[in-house]
Amino acid sequence: MSKQPAHNHVVLEARSVTKHFPVRRTGRDLLAGRRRTVHAVDDVSLELRRGTVTALVGESGSGKSTVARLLAQLYPLTGGEIRLDGTAVKAGRGRSFRAYVRRVQIVFQDPFASLNPVHTVRYHLTRALRIHGRAGSGEAELEERLTALLERVQLTPPQQYLDKFPHELSGGQRQRVAIARALGADPQVLLADEPVSMLDVSIRLGVLNLLKDLKDRLRLAILYITHDIASARYFADTTLVMYAGRIVEGGDSETVTQHPAHPYTQLLIASAPDPDRVVAETEQEETGSGEPPSLIAPPAGCRFHPRCPKALERCRTEPPPRFDLEDGQWAACWLYADGGADRATGRGDDGADHTQKEAAK
Amino acid sequence: MSEPVLTVRGLNVDYGTGDDAVHALRDIDLTLHRGEVLGLAGESGSGKSTLAYAVTRLLSPPGVITGGEVHYHRRDGGALDLLALSAAGLRAFRWQELSIVFQGAMNSLNPVHTVHSQLTDVLRAHRPGMKRSERTARARELLALVGISADRLSAYPHQLSGGMRQRVMIAMALALEPEIVIMDEPTTALDVVMQRQILSQLVRLREELGFSVVFITHDISLLIEFSDRIAIMYGGRIVEEARAAAIYRDPHHPYSDGLLHSFPALHGARRELTGIPGSPPHLSAMPAGCAFHPRCGKALDACAGHVPVLAAPDGDASRTVACWLHRPAPATAAPRP
Ligand SMILES: Nc1ncnc2c1ncn2[C@@H]1O[C@H](COP(=O)(O)OP(=O)(O)OP(=O)(O)O)[C@@H](O)[C@H]1O
Ligand SMILES: Nc1ncnc2c1ncn2[C@@H]1O[C@H](COP(=O)(O)OP(=O)(O)OP(=O)(O)O)[C@@H](O)[C@H]1O
Ligand code: SF4
Ligand code: SF4
Ligand SMILES: [Mg+2]
Ligand SMILES: [Mg+2]
Repeated sequence: MSKQPAHNHVVLEARSVTKHFPVRRTGRDLLAGRRRTVHAVDDVSLELRRGTVTALVGESGSGKSTVARLLAQLYPLTGGEIRLDGTAVKAGRGRSFRAYVRRVQIVFQDPFASLNPVHTVRYHLTRALRIHGRAGSGEAELEERLTALLERVQLTPPQQYLDKFPHELSGGQRQRVAIARALGADPQVLLADEPVSMLDVSIRLGVLNLLKDLKDRLRLAILYITHDIASARYFADTTLVMYAGRIVEGGDSETVTQHPAHPYTQLLIASAPDPDRVVAETEQEETGSGEPPSLIAPPAGCRFHPRCPKALERCRTEPPPRFDLEDGQWAACWLYADGGADRATGRGDDGADHTQKEAAK
Repeated sequence: MSEPVLTVRGLNVDYGTGDDAVHALRDIDLTLHRGEVLGLAGESGSGKSTLAYAVTRLLSPPGVITGGEVHYHRRDGGALDLLALSAAGLRAFRWQELSIVFQGAMNSLNPVHTVHSQLTDVLRAHRPGMKRSERTARARELLALVGISADRLSAYPHQLSGGMRQRVMIAMALALEPEIVIMDEPTTALDVVMQRQILSQLVRLREELGFSVVFITHDISLLIEFSDRIAIMYGGRIVEEARAAAIYRDPHHPYSDGLLHSFPALHGARRELTGIPGSPPHLSAMPAGCAFHPRCGKALDACAGHVPVLAAPDGDASRTVACWLHRPAPATAAPRP
């Protein structure tokens, strides 16, 4: 069981981070003198701790990849700050950016697009080692480090993989190479943006176990972005849930998945495939329908209110702050304003099916 | 069961020719019925996409169809031999009668055109009578169907998230209300709420319009809820086919059973994930006999030497399975090489 090791120190931290993207102005915007933006990420705070996997789950388009890119300094911030080891990082290129990248590495979602097809595994890894000044002196040392990298991602025997081109590798092997390349910098933080969603079931487990192993052995702080909340339950210590640009719930993974507090998380959990539901020949229910949230003109108040089955009057106008619940779990939802945790999470009752029916109304 | 809309018989596909040829599909028999959602599942490399490409005649070299038949059945009862169709015939057939969402489609939107223009282009090309305002209205309707707010119509693909691009491709495939929609891993980048929403929209539309869906994926869990029947592929063959509930409740093929136990469960106790030991076979080194035998925990002596054919198990005509556990295994004295 994965309980959050709370004493582990925070390596990377986002404080009230915001990112707005400008939208192309239409003729009407120009006439009205309007400048619209996509509110991709709003007021997001999170902490990545040493030796801990933090999962970021949430709706497609809710801003998960943008958060990862902001943490990797690939986009300038619109607001807020990012702290590495307690020190605010200044946006910049050049040497300070290099130093940052050496410590914070990102692995992208698509193993088919992230490696250059005309170069071998050896080339990709050597380049990563050189850029970060870790290639050692001389052939023998380089060879040793390449071998060590491949062993670390369990591509063994390494000699069999070093001179392969990406197309000669399976999806899972390519993803391991991408991770090995990130490890080439010897980072403290690994930002993994949907590292397994394109992969097959039989290799998916392998890559996830690898991440877990890296966390344990190298004590990496890992951000694991996924839309598969079930895998978060199995592989992450902490789980954060995003909806429409904001983080709406957080806590220990087992708690968040088994006793979701925020109505969106409850919908997400209730929507997970559950073949028993059909096999029992129940009526198919429509869930999660309703207007998709616009991020250009996000709903006022709680962004989930137009779809929320439990919305209160104040939800339409006042954005809910974060309310702390038991065991380190928290939710940004007005239901918890007066310590109403037990009432709303339905702890102890039959959980998912119950919330499923409520969410469907 | 309703009448067939697409029938595949004895389909064989190779990559390459002569000595270098590898067999990607072997003796595929498959029937898609009108108004049905057929799930096609199997590990990477089992031939799912190859099957989708072959039946739509989109297979590009070195892929070659080396045998078999594919027929499309019109509502008026006429049948169309798809493997004999001319290039012009094919063009009219695709989009109108059959549309396909390709695997990795999220990277195949045109980067220099907005979502609006890509959606309306399809309509302009195939519905010449439609007015401009009608096309825009339809584009909004299609976006709503896949859960994208209409104020993103003017976005370029790079301004959308991965899952949003994937959803735009699904909207495009539905634009012309074709008879058959083939979706190759269309929801790999989507959260479950969204997947469920899109699948239930599909099921609803299918009831309204009566079209049929082939849904390809390596994630069998959602398929069980949303498809009527499921065909499981392994090593270029269909190894089991049955109603979705039957596959879930009582998988006959050991490989189907393994697939069902490869996913972390969200509900209930945390259980050990067994997965399937070993890795999928490579086409150029396909094991003899039952291709699954090196990974199969139940293999019999006969399995290494004799290919099990896909047939109904004893006493149950509603399903088929290719496994020696479900029919009298041949004597093993003289296995074929
Ligand atoms: N360069 C950009 N310009 C404008 N809008 C953008 C840009 N990049 C992202 N967005 C918008 O920001 C929002 C969040 O996108 P992001 O890619 O972070 O979502 P996500 O949670 O990773 O989604 P998915 O699960 O589908 O990958 C989306 O509405 C997207 O359209
Ligand atoms: N152009 C090609 N040349 C040679 N072999 C190919 C080619 N395209 C596919 N193959 C091989 O054919 C087999 C079937 O591939 P296919 O893409 O149909 O599998 P799939 O079931 O769709 O897998 P995935 O789940 O990874 O998409 C694989 O072993 C693949 O390596
Ligand atoms: S704040 Fe209100 S609208 Fe938002 S999730 Fe909670 S109850 Fe629903
Ligand atoms: S035929 Fe034999 S090896 Fe193949 S799945 Fe059945 S029992 Fe296993
Ligand atoms: Mg993303
Ligand atoms: Mg495929």
